[in-house]
Amino acid sequence: MPASTSPNLQRKELFNALRALLPAASVLTDAEDLRPFECDGLSVYRRLPLVVVLAETVEQVQAIMRLCSKMNIPVVARGAGTGLSGGALPLEDGVLLSLSKFNKILDIDVSNAMARVQPGVRNLAISQAVTQHNLYYAPDPSSQIACTIGGNVAENSGGVHCLKYGLTVHNILQLKLVTVDGELLTIGAETLDAPGYDLLALMTGSEGMLGIIVEITVKLLPIPDRAQVMLAAFDDVVKAGEAVGAIIAAGIIPAGLEMMDKLAIQAAEDFAHAGYPRDAEAILLCELDGTNAEVSEHILKVREVLQLSGATEVRTAKDEAERQLFWKGRKSAFPAVGRISPDYYCMDGTIPRRELSHVLQKISKWSTEYGLPVANVFHAGDGNMHPLILFDANKPGELERTEEFGHKILSLCVEVGGTITGEHGVGMEKIDMMCVQFQSAELEQFHAVKNAFDPDGLLNPGKAVPTLHRCAEFGAMHVHHGQLAHPKLERF
Amino acid sequence: MNSSDTSSNFQQQVQQAIKDSTPLNICAGNSKAFIGRDPVGRALDVSGHCGIINHDPRELVITARASTLMSEIETTLAESRQMLAFEPPHFGSRATLGGTIACGLSGSRRPFSGSARDFTLGCKILNGRGEILNFGGQVMKNVAGYDLSRLMVGAYGTLGVLLEISLKVLPRAASSQTLMFECSPEQSIDRMSGLLSQPHPIDAACFYGERLYLRLSGSAQAVKHAQVQLGGEVMHDCTDFWRTLNEHELTLFTTATTLYRIMVKPATPPLAIDGKWLLGWAGAQRWLTSDAPVDTIREQVSKVGGHVTQFRGGDRNGSIFSPLEPALIPFHQRLKASFDPHGIFNRGRMYAEI
Repeated sequence: MPASTSPNLQRKELFNALRALLPAASVLTDAEDLRPFECDGLSVYRRLPLVVVLAETVEQVQAIMRLCSKMNIPVVARGAGTGLSGGALPLEDGVLLSLSKFNKILDIDVSNAMARVQPGVRNLAISQAVTQHNLYYAPDPSSQIACTIGGNVAENSGGVHCLKYGLTVHNILQLKLVTVDGELLTIGAETLDAPGYDLLALMTGSEGMLGIIVEITVKLLPIPDRAQVMLAAFDDVVKAGEAVGAIIAAGIIPAGLEMMDKLAIQAAEDFAHAGYPRDAEAILLCELDGTNAEVSEHILKVREVLQLSGATEVRTAKDEAERQLFWKGRKSAFPAVGRISPDYYCMDGTIPRRELSHVLQKISKWSTEYGLPVANVFHAGDGNMHPLILFDANKPGELERTEEFGHKILSLCVEVGGTITGEHGVGMEKIDMMCVQFQSAELEQFHAVKNAFDPDGLLNPGKAVPTLHRCAEFGAMHVHHGQLAHPKLERF
Repeated sequence: MNSSDTSSNFQQQVQQAIKDSTPLNICAGNSKAFIGRDPVGRALDVSGHCGIINHDPRELVITARASTLMSEIETTLAESRQMLAFEPPHFGSRATLGGTIACGLSGSRRPFSGSARDFTLGCKILNGRGEILNFGGQVMKNVAGYDLSRLMVGAYGTLGVLLEISLKVLPRAASSQTLMFECSPEQSIDRMSGLLSQPHPIDAACFYGERLYLRLSGSAQAVKHAQVQLGGEVMHDCTDFWRTLNEHELTLFTTATTLYRIMVKPATPPLAIDGKWLLGWAGAQRWLTSDAPVDTIREQVSKVGGHVTQFRGGDRNGSIFSPLEPALIPFHQRLKASFDPHGIFNRGRMYAEI
């Protein structure tokens, strides 16, 4: 806020101006009304915003952005708040812009296989609305029952089917976006590409740092004739990992290929009663979809590959109900682990699959060293790991030790040629780890891109891309292999 | 097979260009020199920077230096029964990976399996400050930082010099078959757009010369089954048909008339513009050779929400791509400046403004 006005006066001025733009019930300022917005799905970070605004028209969003730009007030956009990286963590001196009232499906265009929706529409609601036309929206994050499409775009969400069907960036065509100073832009097109730079790719996964998404045109796909899921049990996680590579080497791209280790299997089984083998060291869930003929052919082939890879048991879901049950176990793995530990910390690194056994062995060694159990849930097909570190935040120092352990895992992911985040985003949580993955010049390039859209840094400031100073401080604490990560920087 | 890293030499040339305030025209195989606005500036020949760096078939990823020949990449992938699923056209035997990605070119499989941009996982680039930067990576899922590697695709080298590119690759289908149907353009559009909501194993669809062509691909059983369901006449030697279409060697493309690439929503009825048409990408990408003025074509196409590229021929100093919405121009300029503050790379190649 400008130094010339006292914070109290300015706060009052902001509240009054917002109330002039929106119905009184859509501007929340009392602490008890702000409380539900204090965190997203990563609840270890909590902060009350200055004010929450529940906008419901594009014009309101434009007016809010014009006002905040003029008053130099930061803005954090929020969908359903299911994000797992603290990307929607509010700012004490900022506006939290909730887009949950933008919940309408505006148009379904069956002949062009696309739908125009508002950002607050839930992911699963899109598929439900178009199923009568034999269509669906492919990306399916585990939180799809609650998470919104706007948040999916901001995070470039994946899901269990993205090995075959891609991430959000592969399944959207056009965005309407309000800029930091309230201008409405159309990004992309209803055609398969648009003139100019691929701003659609740039905006997808930009974590609310470049603009406010107010409308999305998604691509729809035909529902496959048949989907069949197979469950394979292994007495060794390494064998399960190798089976994944063998399926792909056989020329098959499964619709989903998921792996869970013993702790995750047991937690999920106790929670969802999916019929998982409790004594297995690892299971693979392999979904095959396509035409009836193709699925039949692939099931035989995959069964053979799994058996050759040393599976102790291979089962094919006997009907749709059992298929849903197999997936229910997997999709509820996080809450299931939540029941066996007071808290858990979910990592999201991606690695080249060939590194799997190496990385799992290191995680297991550190788990013993830190005395913190780890349950592994893994989008095996695309190398995206979700080690869940179990801890108790009420024990003094345990969160800090958990974070340190987590940082070690993510550093290892980078070291073996992977990334610190495959689908959950950087947000607040992994901001320091960005210093490990990127060099100074790369981070400066990110800032330059941010500056092209938001020169005053009012959109979700402090998230996603660390300042070089922050990295210098972090680097001073975490010297990697005896080398300073950002050697050119001044230290203080 | 050649393999060499000449990026430090490019850094020096960029520093020199900044000093001399001389724009650079990035070139390698020159197979796509005809696309875009006329190049200006001193040639920055990157053709020596070549070689496949890594291809592990089980990881479904290939990483290569930008001037690796497309033919070398495709041969290597074919050895492990894999392919670039976006089926990029080459437009000549000297086609390189960098040129393909810089132009964002995709072929017939695009509407069914994705574009050059969709399969791009990571890039190493040289920006206009002479810095070598890495974005994205070699893994399928990566949301750390802005997606600057996909931003490079179709940027025509205006944001930086591509040095290395990692692409997702896919297994080749076990079986493929092309079916032909005699029909009118209107009927072909109805049929092709109807297929978008049916789960047939189709990976290419186009209408050309009074015939609809559907390419099936998948497991042997799936292709056989779909053929029975869809009917039509089986085309023999179909590989050559799709190759000549992709490479613009069909008769339509070999005339001296200006060639336009017209992008519309796939179900858009045939447009009343005089000329010869090929309706590709299941109706979403249409090729037109026409003597009609470009402005008239653009006006008609924009009425149905589409855009037009003057792909070959005509005035190469005019608007080759549909003009940007005025509101988007400053963002393009600022983005360009964020990568290339001195404006040295492929100046004006895409738009006069950048």
